[in-house]
Amino acid sequence: MLKTFSLGGVHPKENKISAHKKIEVLPLPPVVTIPISQHIGAPAKLMVSKGDKILTGQVIAESGGFVSSNIHSSVSGTVLKIDSFPDPSGYRRMAVQIQVEGDEWFPGIDTTPDLKKDFIFTSEEIIKKINTSGIVGLGGATFPSHVKLSIPNGKKAEYLIVNAVECEPWLTSDHSLMLEKAEEIMVGIRIMMRALKVEKAIVGIENNKPDAIEKMCKLAASEKGISVVALKVKYPQGGEKQLVKALLNREVPSGGLPIDIGVVAFNVGSIYAAYQAVQKNKPLIERVVTVTGPSLKSPSNFMTRIGTPIQALIDAAGGLPGDTGKVINGGPMMGKALSSIEIPVVKGSSGILVIPESESHRHEVKSCLRCSKCISACPMGLEPYLLMSLSERNMTDRLEREKIMDCMECGSCSYTCPSSRPLLDYIRLGKGRVSQLIKARKN
Amino acid sequence: MSILTVSPSPHTHSGQSVPKLMYGVIIALLPALAVSVFYFGIGMIIITAVSVISCVIFEFLFQKYLLKSSPTHLDGSAALTGLLLAFCLPTNIPIWMVMIGAFVSIGIAKMTFGGLGNNIFNPAIVGRVFLFISFPAAMTSYPEPGQWWKYLDATTGATPLSKMSESLANNMTVGEIMNEMPSNMDMFLGKMMGSAGEVAAFALILGLIYMLWKKIISWHIPVSILLTVLIFTAILNVGNPDKFPTPIFHLLTGGLMLGAIFMATDYVTSPMAVKGMLIYGAGIGIITVLIRSFGAYPEGVQFAILLMNGFTPLINKYVKPKRFGEVKHG
Repeated sequence: MLKTFSLGGVHPKENKISAHKKIEVLPLPPVVTIPISQHIGAPAKLMVSKGDKILTGQVIAESGGFVSSNIHSSVSGTVLKIDSFPDPSGYRRMAVQIQVEGDEWFPGIDTTPDLKKDFIFTSEEIIKKINTSGIVGLGGATFPSHVKLSIPNGKKAEYLIVNAVECEPWLTSDHSLMLEKAEEIMVGIRIMMRALKVEKAIVGIENNKPDAIEKMCKLAASEKGISVVALKVKYPQGGEKQLVKALLNREVPSGGLPIDIGVVAFNVGSIYAAYQAVQKNKPLIERVVTVTGPSLKSPSNFMTRIGTPIQALIDAAGGLPGDTGKVINGGPMMGKALSSIEIPVVKGSSGILVIPESESHRHEVKSCLRCSKCISACPMGLEPYLLMSLSERNMTDRLEREKIMDCMECGSCSYTCPSSRPLLDYIRLGKGRVSQLIKARKN
Repeated sequence: MSILTVSPSPHTHSGQSVPKLMYGVIIALLPALAVSVFYFGIGMIIITAVSVISCVIFEFLFQKYLLKSSPTHLDGSAALTGLLLAFCLPTNIPIWMVMIGAFVSIGIAKMTFGGLGNNIFNPAIVGRVFLFISFPAAMTSYPEPGQWWKYLDATTGATPLSKMSESLANNMTVGEIMNEMPSNMDMFLGKMMGSAGEVAAFALILGLIYMLWKKIISWHIPVSILLTVLIFTAILNVGNPDKFPTPIFHLLTGGLMLGAIFMATDYVTSPMAVKGMLIYGAGIGIITVLIRSFGAYPEGVQFAILLMNGFTPLINKYVKPKRFGEVKHG
C-alpha cells in the first residue's frame, strides 16, 4: 500500500510526455530581463545602472531585508535598460534588461561539472552561503530558503523532507533533475541536513516516476539517515502539508508551519541549487524548465538562464503551435496564464504549458447541485461551495470562522465541480477580504 | 500571432457535468426498470413514459414561462425525477393521475423553490405523497406480477407490507402471516406486489454498485439507512417475534431499498459532510422502523425521507467535515 494523504485530492490526467527527455542546455538568448522581485518578501534593492558591464553570477540587486533574496545576473554583458517589464505575476515590475555578451563568470565561481561530495562547512556557514546565493523555493512558492533554515527559538527540527513529488500534470523538471543529478542532490540533502542539524531526511516521490525512485533509492542506501518513499499519485501530494501527512502522518496545525511539528520541507530543485551554492559558489542563475503541451512539436526539459524570454523556450520546443489558446507559467492546476510570450523565466518557473484554444475556456456555470464533490476533493477539509456562497454575499466574518485562510488554492474544487462553478475565484476574493480584516484588527 | 487567454487557475477540468451524473443515475436504474417491465408489462411502460415526458415538459414550461430563465430541462434531472416517481407508483393508475404527480414533483417541489439545487424536499417523493393522500384507493391497490398486457384492468392485491400490517392488526402472529407471503428469494427477485421500483431488491443493488463504481454517490447514506433498519428491526423482532417481522422482511419489502439507494441519496436534499450523511441515514432508518412498527401507515420510508430532508439544512450548518490540522482548544 503506497503512502498518501487521507483528506481530499483529485487525480487529473498526468500527461508527463516530457518525462524521458534529457535536460538540454538552452542556448543564451540575445537579451535577458531579470526582475528584482522573484521571491516572497521585500523586493531586492537595485545595485546596477544603465550601461554597467556585468559578469555571470554577479549580484545586480541586494536583498531588501531578512525575508528577501539577492538577485544575480544570469549572463555577462551590458545593462540595456532598467524599467518596469511584465513578469509572470501578471503585473509590470522593476527589472534589469541585459544585452548578452559572451559568458564570462564572476570570479570565485566553480563552473566545472565535477561532483564535489565532501564539505566542511558549519550550519551557520551553510545558511549564510545559501542566503548570499539567492536560493528560494523552486517548487514555485519562491520562499527565501535561508529563512526556512533559520529555525526560530523554541522550535527544533527533527526531519528534512525532500519534496520530489511534482504532482502537477505535465511538469517533469524535478523528474529529469533526479535522473541526471541524483548524486549532486544527495550531497545537497546532506548539506541541508547539516544546516538544519537533523539526522533524518525523507525523499517523497510520486509513483509515476519509477526510474527516479529507483535511482534515488540506490544512492540513499549508502547514506546514513536518508530514506526514499514512493507515494500514491494523487494531486496535491506535493503540497507541503499533504506531503508531511503522507510521510510522517503528522498534520501541520491550521495557521501553523511545518517547523511547529519538527519538519522542514524543501523542493528537490532547491536542494540541487543549494549544492551548487555551497560546493561551487554558484548563485541561483538557472533552472530546469519543462516546456510542454499537447500540440508542441518537441516537449522538452531545458536548463534555462533566469531572465530568458519564454518565447526562446517555446521556439526551442518547436515553436508556438497554431492552435494555442493559453500559455501557462507552471502547471494546469496552480499555474498562471501569461499575457505574452516575451515575459521572462524567473526563479519560480518550473514549467511552461501551452494549451490549445479548445481547452482554454471555462464551461458554462450551472447552479450548485450540493453534490459535495468539492468537499470530497478539498485536501484541507473545507467546504468550497459554502466559501463561494459566503464570498458572494460578502460575509467576511463567517468566512474567517469557516477557515478560508487554510485554503492553499490548489484548484481541486473548481476542477471537480460538475456545474463548473468558479469556486476558487470566489475563494480567492474571500481570502483577500479576510486578509484585510486581519490586518485591520492588528492595527 | 495567437491571442492568449488569461484566466485564473485551474486551467483544466475533470469533465464531470450535471448530465453525466443525472444520466448516470438513470443508467443505474435500468436494471430495476427492466425487472419492473418484466413483472408488470405494459402498465409499467405507460406510466414510466408518461411520468418522464411530463416531468421534462413541465420543467421546460415552468422555467421558460414562470421563472423566465433559460430552460435546463434536458440536463437529466427532470427525467430522473420522472423515472423515480414512476417507480413509486402502482402500475395501474390512470395517465392523468401520473401527470398530476409530475406537475407536483416538478412544479411545486422543485421549481417554486428556485429549481435544481434549491429545493428542500425530494421532488419525486413529494409528488408521490401528494397522490397517496389525494387518491388513497388508487394508490394502495397494486397489480399482481405477470399480467403483461393488462394496464388499468389488472387484477390487484395488497403488498406484503400492507398485508403484514393488516394481519398483525387482526392479531395474527408474524409466523402465521409469513406462511402466506412470497418466499424471501421471491421477494429478493421481485416476485411480489408492489409499486414498480419497490419490487426487485437485487436489481436496485446492481444499480447501487454501478453508482459506487462511477463515484456518483458514496456508500454512507444507503449503508447507514439499511444498517439502522436492520439493527432496530432485529431488536424488535428478538423482543417480540410474534408482533414484529424479521429484519430480512423489512429490508426486502416496501420502498426501503429504492428509498435508501436512490431517493435519500439525492444530492440536493441530503447532507454534504460524511458525518452528516450518517446522521441523516440513521434518522431515516429509525423513523421508517417507527412508522412501520407503531404508526398508522404500513410504509414509512417516504415520510422518513421527507422528514430528514427537512433536517438537512440544519445538519449542513452544524456538522462540518473533518478539517486538516484541526487545532483542539483545551
